[in-house]
Amino acid sequence: MRISLYRYDPDADAAPRMENLELDIPGVGDLMVLDLLERLKAIDPSIAYRRSCREGVCGSDGVNMNGRNGLACTTPVSEVARRGKLTLRPLPGLPVIRDLVVDMTQFYRQYEKIKPFLQNEDPPPARERLQTPEDREKLNGLYECILCACCSTSCPSFWWNPEKFVGPAGLLQAYRFLADSRDTATEERLAELEDPFSVFRCRGIMNCVSACPKGLNPTRAIGKIRTMLVERGI
Amino acid sequence: MTPVASLGRSGLADFVLQRATAVVLAAFALCVLGWFLAAPVNHARLAAFFGTLPMRAFTTLAILALAAHAWIGMWTVGTDYVRRHYFGRRHALYLAIYQIGCAALVFLYLVWPLAVVWGVAR
Amino acid sequence: MPWRRRQPPVAERFAPVVDVSQLPVMEFDGVIVGGGGAGLRAGLQLARSGLKTAVLSKVFPTRSHTVSAQGGITCAIASEDPDDDWRWHMYDTVKGSDYIGDQDAIEYMCSVGPEAVYELEHMGLPFTRTESGRIYQRPFGGQSKNFGKGGQASRTCAAEDRTGHALLHTLYQNNLRAGTVFLNEWFAVDLVVNQDGAVAGVVALNIETGEVVFVKSKATVLATGGAGRIYATTTNAMTNTGDGVGMALRAGLPVQDIEMWQFHPTGIHRAGVLVTEGCRGEGGYLVNKDGERFMERYAPNAKDLASRDVVARSMVQEIMEGRGAGENADHVLLKLDHLGAETIHKRLPGIVELAKTFAHVDPVRELIPVVPTCHYMMGGVPTNVHGQALTQGAGSGDRVVEGLYAIGEAACVSVHGANRLGGNSLLDLVVFGRAAGLHIEETMRQGVAFRAASETDLERAGARLVRWDHSVGGESVAKLKEELQRLMLVNFNVFRSGERMRASIHQLAELRERIGQAHLADKSRVFNTARLEALELDNLLEVAEATAIVAEARTESRGAHARDDYTERDDENWLCHSLFFPGERRVAKRAVNFAPKTVDTFAPTARSY
Ligand SMILES: Cc1cc2nc3c(=O)[nH]c(=O)nc-3n(C[C@H](O)[C@H](O)[C@H](O)COP(=O)(O)OP(=O)(O)OC[C@H]3O[C@@H](n4cnc5c(N)ncnc54)[C@H](O)[C@@H]3O)c2cc1C
Ligand code: SF4
Repeated sequence: MRISLYRYDPDADAAPRMENLELDIPGVGDLMVLDLLERLKAIDPSIAYRRSCREGVCGSDGVNMNGRNGLACTTPVSEVARRGKLTLRPLPGLPVIRDLVVDMTQFYRQYEKIKPFLQNEDPPPARERLQTPEDREKLNGLYECILCACCSTSCPSFWWNPEKFVGPAGLLQAYRFLADSRDTATEERLAELEDPFSVFRCRGIMNCVSACPKGLNPTRAIGKIRTMLVERGI
Repeated sequence: MTPVASLGRSGLADFVLQRATAVVLAAFALCVLGWFLAAPVNHARLAAFFGTLPMRAFTTLAILALAAHAWIGMWTVGTDYVRRHYFGRRHALYLAIYQIGCAALVFLYLVWPLAVVWGVAR
Repeated sequence: MPWRRRQPPVAERFAPVVDVSQLPVMEFDGVIVGGGGAGLRAGLQLARSGLKTAVLSKVFPTRSHTVSAQGGITCAIASEDPDDDWRWHMYDTVKGSDYIGDQDAIEYMCSVGPEAVYELEHMGLPFTRTESGRIYQRPFGGQSKNFGKGGQASRTCAAEDRTGHALLHTLYQNNLRAGTVFLNEWFAVDLVVNQDGAVAGVVALNIETGEVVFVKSKATVLATGGAGRIYATTTNAMTNTGDGVGMALRAGLPVQDIEMWQFHPTGIHRAGVLVTEGCRGEGGYLVNKDGERFMERYAPNAKDLASRDVVARSMVQEIMEGRGAGENADHVLLKLDHLGAETIHKRLPGIVELAKTFAHVDPVRELIPVVPTCHYMMGGVPTNVHGQALTQGAGSGDRVVEGLYAIGEAACVSVHGANRLGGNSLLDLVVFGRAAGLHIEETMRQGVAFRAASETDLERAGARLVRWDHSVGGESVAKLKEELQRLMLVNFNVFRSGERMRASIHQLAELRERIGQAHLADKSRVFNTARLEALELDNLLEVAEATAIVAEARTESRGAHARDDYTERDDENWLCHSLFFPGERRVAKRAVNFAPKTVDTFAPTARSY
């Protein structure tokens, strides 16, 4: 197995470089990419990447594998390696801190911008707020996002305008609250999204959809937000 | 960011306009294409066709639509690509130059065909 | 692409030096170490009350292990059963704990639980709903109606099988709203304890820059979660290395019931990834290689929904008696295929994903290979119901450790005793996270000052950083960690033997020596994960050694602690908590609370399901 690994330590390297490594393990194809990284790190502890749950729910280990964004822990090596070769790079478009670790500040800032919390100023009842199963159903495919950034960092619009285009992940969450029958801030939320950048930079090329490791569909959510904006405008 | 980019435009208005103008342009293109296919073309027929008032109005609408459509599109392209990453610290200046250039072109393509259309009558 | 490069200012390019006299200081009213469910719930309480609050976490908060919790949060909100009663929940919890859960704490948790769960709903947690629009509840192991006499209860509130994810994100979102200060990707190295034995804050490492800071606080809360990574296979995240427990032990504080490790019946064979008890709650069951539903033999009433220790032991028994499935006859099978595709996809969508990825089976058609897997640390830093950390005073009575709180899995209040019931941990997090927050709020209102810390105190807290940075040559961290994890897996599993445990204690002492000499190969500054793993190894060792020593000392079988040389429960000698004191490595006993305030004591009886 040949691995080409993106290396960069700001203290030691003037510029990023690709390191070529060989790993000789029988059945390496059955491993996840994260297992592979762990083996490499046992040999060279200076390799840096994030990881935690190793089961695809914490969203730490989004990386670019042979040109495809995904989670290292749920992507089998056999699925991404081409002719025994695997190139691992950090998620594109965000500043690199070290090796596969990117600076996610910009990504989180966009998430925070859409006010990702339920807003409802009515005094809550003594028990839970009721919600019909049908209304709850509308949140499926939205609330499951793990903030891994695989989608936003595969989106050219987010590369070009990371400060102003909210990006697929943020917009998916924006719609998660717009769609929640318990949220009453629809008007304010839409007003914040009306400018030419926040939502309208999406060109619907669906890179996000093919990148999302949780099988979510940000493009559809963006379409729904647009529809809501147009309906509100009329 | 840049003064031009923060002109207080509405993305929604742009979005709707972009689609509306596209519809107008498509309709206009179909209309003209249909006429071209209907019979052999010569200058007299052409002048007559475009000389009618409804057709002149329609053409004017199409020209306006084209200008709006082009401006929104070019503005968007500019704010996508003319960025600090590629153009360094003076990207704002380059963006301004680009946008003035686009505006000039759009203006040219607005005035010139309008003059032609309304000149046809004379 | 030029924007990928980021050059640090030249002044920052030096290796980290821990010069305690020049340690930068940050000050907060409350510092919460840990951004999991417990830490975020406490943080929210403090931030909302206007106190200057920081949540310090080694991973971005939504990447904390709480995100992995699947099945749900157990609480008597009387949605599935309008007659449900928190006292029934309390009874189950006491029984589940094998009677060494503190009844005042359990009473508090079960009775304020509904309030805490409704709060979560009001904050936006997307619970699954019933037809009437209320929160959906599913049956979980060890649940009963009417004090064990009314059959199986359905008491676990769920958001599909992603309850932890939904809970953690909701709490993070509301902390954003409340203006909590987040120190994300900061690693707490050690507690700063002053000469009075009070905690003045923590020494922490900014992972991204390598900077070391004294984070000073009037109240320091340990919410660092579990330590499942002392075992070679576990359902726990790679970050669950028991840092809080390690820190407490190094500060000379005791830990309680640390020998009690829950093995979850359904960890995916080999991968260790969990499939929720909710699978059995929704009607799935375990079968051996002959396809026999063997739990009917071990727990005729509750069957597959007996409490976890019981099910885990039964599975191991089946395997040991040669009825295990697979080539090596080393696991059993979880059967869901009879539930039908619709139920499975609707109620357990996450499980389908995990089973396909990690076991290569589709649960709609195939059986999932499972084996009992280390899952939860019942023990931890002993606390009272306000989350205040406790130690023992001179006359062996409880004494509060000034300035220190502990909540969540890192703490031992103790509501779980010798065996936790499914869904009770998430409830523990929010109930006691909130309680600690309320208590700190109250204390601050009465006025507390920052506690003084001398240079020696800081030096002690920073000592580990210096030690690793000065290491030259020696064994690698990865190798030592693997050895430790194997040792624990083999000798402190579902069944334990005195002889093997005694041998392990010696091996662990040896490992301590070797880890003290081990080598940190990478001493760079920026995002040095090798340094983190070295620091975590210290913590794993502390937890593992405490576990081993206390497990060997508890000469009985109770809850999750099952010995083959002491097979019976011994209420005469061991109806009590264990306390482990690190300095002299002493095991002491601490009385269990049997005095709930509003209900009668649940007296110990034989435990059967
Ligand atoms: C797979 C799985 C499924 C589960 N399902 C359920 C369930 O359905 N119901 C239920 O009730 N319970 C469940 N549990 C148990 C429950 O999820 C955990 O006990 C609980 O989430 C622990 O929460 P916590 O807040 O104490 O810690 P965690 O969520 O583990 O958070 C620990 C925090 O501490 C931080 N931290 C740790 N060390 C340091 C350090 N040195 N410096 C700085 N920060 C540090 C981490 O970054 C993290 O933010 C499950 C557990 C597992 C493993
Ligand atoms: S939408 Fe999908 S790809 Fe994007 S951040 Fe969420 S989980 Fe990751």
